[in-house]
Amino acid sequence: MRNVPTVSVDRPPSTLGERIHLVPIIRGLGVTLRHFLRNLVGKRDVATIEYPERLRGRHILTTKEDGSLRCVACFMCETACPADCIYIVAEEDPNATVEWEKKPLVYEIDLLRCVFCGFCVDACPKEAIIMSREHEMAFAARPEAIVGIEQLRQKGPIEGEDLGYRPYY
Amino acid sequence: MTESRPVAEQLPLARLLPSDAKLAVAQGGDGHTVLTVDREHLLPVLRAFKERPELACDLLVDICGVDYPGREQRFEVVYHLASLERGHRFRVRVPLAEDSPTVPSAYEVWKAADWFEREAYDMFGIRFEGHPNLKRILTHEAFQGHPLRKDYDPARRWLLTDAETMVPEWAKETPGGDGQFETQVLNLGPSHPATHGTLRTVVRLDGEVITQAECEIGYLHRCFEKMAETHEWQQVIPYTDRLNYCSSMINGVGYALAVEKMLGITAPPRAQAVEVILSELSRIMDHCVCLGANLVDLGALTNFWYFFQPREEIYGLLEACAGGRLTVSYVRIGGLAHDVPEDFAARVRYLLEYIPKFLDDVDRLVTSNRIFRDRTEGVGVISAEDAVAWGWTGPCLRASGVPYDVRKAHPYLGYERYDFDVPVASTGDTYARYLVRMEEMRQSLRIVRQAVDMLPDGPVITDNHHVALPPKSKVYNEMEALIWHFKLIFEGIRVPPGDAYSFTEGANGELGYYIVADGGGKPYRIKVRPPCFAVFQAYPHMLVGHMIPDSIAILGSLNIIAGELDR
Repeated sequence: MRNVPTVSVDRPPSTLGERIHLVPIIRGLGVTLRHFLRNLVGKRDVATIEYPERLRGRHILTTKEDGSLRCVACFMCETACPADCIYIVAEEDPNATVEWEKKPLVYEIDLLRCVFCGFCVDACPKEAIIMSREHEMAFAARPEAIVGIEQLRQKGPIEGEDLGYRPYY
Repeated sequence: MTESRPVAEQLPLARLLPSDAKLAVAQGGDGHTVLTVDREHLLPVLRAFKERPELACDLLVDICGVDYPGREQRFEVVYHLASLERGHRFRVRVPLAEDSPTVPSAYEVWKAADWFEREAYDMFGIRFEGHPNLKRILTHEAFQGHPLRKDYDPARRWLLTDAETMVPEWAKETPGGDGQFETQVLNLGPSHPATHGTLRTVVRLDGEVITQAECEIGYLHRCFEKMAETHEWQQVIPYTDRLNYCSSMINGVGYALAVEKMLGITAPPRAQAVEVILSELSRIMDHCVCLGANLVDLGALTNFWYFFQPREEIYGLLEACAGGRLTVSYVRIGGLAHDVPEDFAARVRYLLEYIPKFLDDVDRLVTSNRIFRDRTEGVGVISAEDAVAWGWTGPCLRASGVPYDVRKAHPYLGYERYDFDVPVASTGDTYARYLVRMEEMRQSLRIVRQAVDMLPDGPVITDNHHVALPPKSKVYNEMEALIWHFKLIFEGIRVPPGDAYSFTEGANGELGYYIVADGGGKPYRIKVRPPCFAVFQAYPHMLVGHMIPDSIAILGSLNIIAGELDR
C-alpha cells in the first residue's frame, strides 16, 4: 500500500448557496432542461438498434449442396456444451460416399436449457452448427422449446439466413 | 507462477509464530507462503499473524473448506490472510479428520470470519467452536447434508418450502419495549423493490429506530462451486458470467487468470489489453448500476436514466465483441475467444467522449445537492479499522480511507503500466461511497484511454494447443490440429495438480478464485471469494441506530449483487 498514488474525493461542507438549496436547484434544472429540449427538437431520427454480426442467437444446422446435413454426429458439441442442452443419436448414413459415415438420427437442442455461449460452434470441426441472430423465441409449453433437425436446419441458401456467431478462421 | 513475495520468504516464521506449534511451511504454486498447522495450535498461530508487527495480517481474505475423501485427514480448512500494509499473503491449512471436523472459530481475531465460517459449515459440515451464530447460510436450514462434500450427488434435488425455520431466535421473543414505543419485528425483503436482489433483512424496530438486525441470504444460491466441479475448466467460463452480472467480463477475466496461473502461461499482449479495456468499461457499468439504483432509492430517478445511457452503449460494444450483452463468455483460458471487431478502437474512443457527459450531468444534479447530502452524510459510517476487520475491499473500503486496490497493490494484466490514481475518502459514510465510485469511473476512463492508445497487434489467444483450441482453418485442413481439437474438447485442459489463489479487482473489491486441481480435465475445487459477501456481513451491524429509510440508502451504497453473494 506504500507509494500508491491516491486522489482524495472528500468534499468541503456545503456553502451557504448550497445550504439554501438555490444554487444546486438552478444547476439541476439546467441539466434536466437541456436534456428535455434536446429530446424535444433533436432525436427525430432515432434508429432501431442494429444487432452486431456476432450475436449469439438460435442455432442453424448447415447443409451440404445436396441438402443433407453437414453434421457427422461426432458428439463434440454435445461434449462441449456447458448446459447439457444438446442430445444426439447417431446412425449410419445410407447415402455416404465412403463406408461407415455417420449422420445424426436425432439432433435436439433444448432452447430453454441453452445459455447461448457459442461453445458448440467453437467445438464443431465441420462448421455444421452455427448461430443465427434470431433471438426472439417464445414457446407455449416446455416441450416446444426442444427443437429438432427439421426446425434447426438451414432453410435455403446460407446467404439468406440471418447469420450470427460463426467460427473465425 | 513467477510472482514472488521475497518479503514473506525472508520472514523467520518459526520465530514469529508460537514456538510449540508444529508447522510445515511451503511455497505455494502462486507464490504465497503456505503453512500447515494442526487445529490445537490454530488460534495462537492466527493471532500471531494478526498481532505480530512483522506479519500484520489485518485482512482475513477468505475461509474455505476442501474435501479430500482419499486422505487420512479428510477435510481441510484453508485461511487466506493478507497484510494490506506489507503486501504479503499467507495461506494457513488445517487438516481435519472425518469423525471430528471441528476447529476453533477465528471470529474473535477477525470479525470477517463470521459468514465465511458459516459458509464452510454449510458446505462441508465443518464446525467452528465458539462461533456466535453457526447456522447454514447459503442453503435452506432444512437442507440435509453438505453439498460440497465429494460424496454428495450433484444431481440431488430438494424441495424446501418451510419458512418458519428462517426466523432468528431474537425475533421469536415477545417484544418488551420500554413503554414509550412499541417494538416490533419487520421483514425487509426478500422480495422488496428497494433491495435490488433477493435479500432478506429481519429488523427489530423501537419506534422507527432499528435496534437489531439479521440478514438472510442464499435465495439465489445455485451452487456455482459444485457445478464447476462437474464441468471442464473451459466450460466454467459461462458460469462465471452469472456471478456479478453487472460486470460479467471481470469475473471471466479473474477466472481465466487463476487457471493461467496454475498452468504457468499468460495471454498474449493484445488479449491482455482488450481484457483491461473491457474490464474497466464493465467497472463503469457496475458503478452506473450501483449509483443509479442507490439514487433511485433516495428519490432521484432522473440520474438512473443518465447512468443507463452510457451503460447501454458499453453493452453495445461488448455485444459487438463477444456476441452477448450480459453473458459475454468472451474470455478463454489463455486469451480471448476471437479478435475484437475492426472498429473496436474507434468505438472505444467514441465511448471515452460519450461517457463523461453523463457523469458530469449526474455530478451537477446530485453531488452538491443538499437533499442528497443530508440523506447520505453520516449515514452508515464505518471506520477504516472496522471495515478491514470485516474483510471489506474495493470502493467501500476506499471510502473509509484505506487506499487498497488490487490493481495497484498486486498488478495483473499489465496494470502497472497504466497511470491512474486510487480515489479515497475519509468519512466512510454513504456519501463517501458515492464520491469514490464517481471518481473511480473517471479513473477507469483514464486507464481505457491509455490502453486503447497502445493497443498492440498480434494474436488474442495463446498458441499452446494443450490449452487453446487451434484456429479453425487448421482444424479443417491439418491432422495434427484436428487431434488437438478433439483432445481438448473431450478431455479438457490438463491443469497440473496443486492449488493457487488468484485475485483481481472486481467492481466491488477483491474477487478471488482459490483453485485446487488434481491433474484431471475438471476442477477439483473452485472457491470464489466474492467481494460483496464480506461487505454484506457487516450490514446488519451498521443498521443499528439507523432508521428504515437509512437502511435502504446504506444497502444501495454497498452494491450487493445477489449473483456473486449467493453464487
